[in-house]
Amino acid sequence: MSEQHVDAGRRRFLTVATSAVGGVAAAGVAVPFLMSFAPSERAKAAGAPVEVDISKLEPGQKINVEWRGKPVWVLSRTPEQLKNLSTIEGELLDPKCESPEQPDYCKNQTRSIKPEILVAVGICTHLGCSPTHRPDIAPADLGPKWVGGFYCPCHGSKFDLSARVYSGVPAPKNMEIPPHKYLTDTTLLIGDDK
Amino acid sequence: MSTGQKILNWVDERFPLSSMMKEHVTEYYAPKNFNFWYFFGSLALLVLVIQIVTGIFLTMNYKPDGTLNGAGIPVAFASVEYIMRDVAGGWIIRYMHSTGASMFFVVVYLHMFRGVIYGSYKQPRELVWVFGTLIFLVLMAEAFMGYLLPWGQMSFWGAQVIVNLFASIPVIGPDLSVFIRGDFVVGDATLNRFFALHVIAVPLILLALVVAHLIALHEVGSNNPDGVEIKKLKGEDGKPLDGIPFHPYYTVKDVLGVAVFLIVFSAIVFFAPEMGGYFLEHPNFDQADPLKTPAHIAPVWYFTPFYAILRAVPSFAGTQVWGVLAMGAAVVLIAFLPWLDKSPVKSIRYRGPKFKIMLTLFITAFIGLGILGALPSTNLRTIVAQLFSFIYFAFFLGMPFYTKNDVGSTPVPTRVTMSTPARQVRFVVLVVVTLVAATLFAKFI
Repeated sequence: MSEQHVDAGRRRFLTVATSAVGGVAAAGVAVPFLMSFAPSERAKAAGAPVEVDISKLEPGQKINVEWRGKPVWVLSRTPEQLKNLSTIEGELLDPKCESPEQPDYCKNQTRSIKPEILVAVGICTHLGCSPTHRPDIAPADLGPKWVGGFYCPCHGSKFDLSARVYSGVPAPKNMEIPPHKYLTDTTLLIGDDK
Repeated sequence: MSTGQKILNWVDERFPLSSMMKEHVTEYYAPKNFNFWYFFGSLALLVLVIQIVTGIFLTMNYKPDGTLNGAGIPVAFASVEYIMRDVAGGWIIRYMHSTGASMFFVVVYLHMFRGVIYGSYKQPRELVWVFGTLIFLVLMAEAFMGYLLPWGQMSFWGAQVIVNLFASIPVIGPDLSVFIRGDFVVGDATLNRFFALHVIAVPLILLALVVAHLIALHEVGSNNPDGVEIKKLKGEDGKPLDGIPFHPYYTVKDVLGVAVFLIVFSAIVFFAPEMGGYFLEHPNFDQADPLKTPAHIAPVWYFTPFYAILRAVPSFAGTQVWGVLAMGAAVVLIAFLPWLDKSPVKSIRYRGPKFKIMLTLFITAFIGLGILGALPSTNLRTIVAQLFSFIYFAFFLGMPFYTKNDVGSTPVPTRVTMSTPARQVRFVVLVVVTLVAATLFAKFI
């Protein structure tokens, strides 16, 4: 036996080939474990549209609706508040809503179908906190220029009453407007516009 | 031969029990001049044991379930209240665990600071330091995931903010954050996986790293306050002249440290488990509500320095990722200390004025950031946080320049030196000055 010579090339080939095949197998086995981290079918199916009755929503009032586990705001704005939307446009980052944070039918100044009714996902585009509704004019903490809007308590991002972001705050984009439509004059369907 | 000796021999022929005891305990020679700062390594081990034991018992009654029970309360939140109110001894076990989490960071921060002032990361202890930094990183992940489990308001919104940090990474970010959460929002799937990671995966990694940290330490030997290599001077018996066996000398010293530590620990558990909202934040006594963010969100105190760095960086070029990168860099840079420090000496005792000035600035910046990160931001605070963040990075990135040839007037001795009353007084004065300055800053900023 000791006379037999060792074929080093063959041994190296077998070592590399075994390691490579073993590595591929290990990577393959890792796939189901990694996949199990993705949202399950049940989680994906939970995104059903939500119907909201807004007949009792008075001008200036806001209600919160849960859609896909997120807060969706339905806000009725007063004529005064709608007028203020133009006066502050100079301080906004994206007043014309060029970034696609809304369906095309809401790409306007009020970011809505009916001018007074705003429907928005109440999640700050910075790190996902839910901003506070601050309709008060010129409060002490937000300064004399404040004409009402949303203020994020986490990192101080500011949005106007159309959920458009101010410039110079941590949030980089306007807040998201979900797809929605009116089933009747006072019934909203959030999550579907077809 | 006694029966005990026979049994030991039988074992030693099959398992290296005696030789391991000798190598790591009874004949592990440590420098004889260890001071106060050398308590925190063994205390970190003690807290690790406390966390594992209390954690095991908590899992026996805790339920990682985000769905609502019949009373409209999330099951996870209700199970924590059940532990606190109905399980015999449950409250003390939970308070030990929550206090242990904060005390872990107290001892680990002090342990790391010891490494910085005495140059314990320098050659040949680079790997001891790198393993230690990994332990710190894994510990932060462990604490973050554990904080979600009570499923209170701070648990929920803290996790929401941190997971969304990943969403700010360009291109893959949004998908990555969904992948981490397992859902489109922080929910039941997130709670379950964080529970699994918190009680199984991360503790296993943590234990493995602690073993690696200790093996690496025992391979190269401990540093000391003078930064003198005791292995260079050995007696005729081959033992270091300035070394003493870990057992019994340092086991006895560490027992004293443990006793004092446990007095402080018990005082917190019994009299101030919430620590005024710093160990257990008040909004976390409300159940998680995905529709309502608490008025003021702040991470637990041990994350605040890094959180303040995150907030100090403004978003530009349409993305927030810069703050996230800065925060990540602030942690990762720590691991590179051994290669950033070009000083010919290890200990601060024999360094020159430049390092001492930079270290003073760094301590100021780190504590300052910690205070700022716990407070709501204002324009002034943001500017101060930006200044402190700059100092934080300057300490690390400027190190290759200011440590070069920066040695003090006293040369490094060949033998270790023992503590003097003057040194002890100076230590107490520095601690008091630091605490007073931090208190004043927190009050007036």
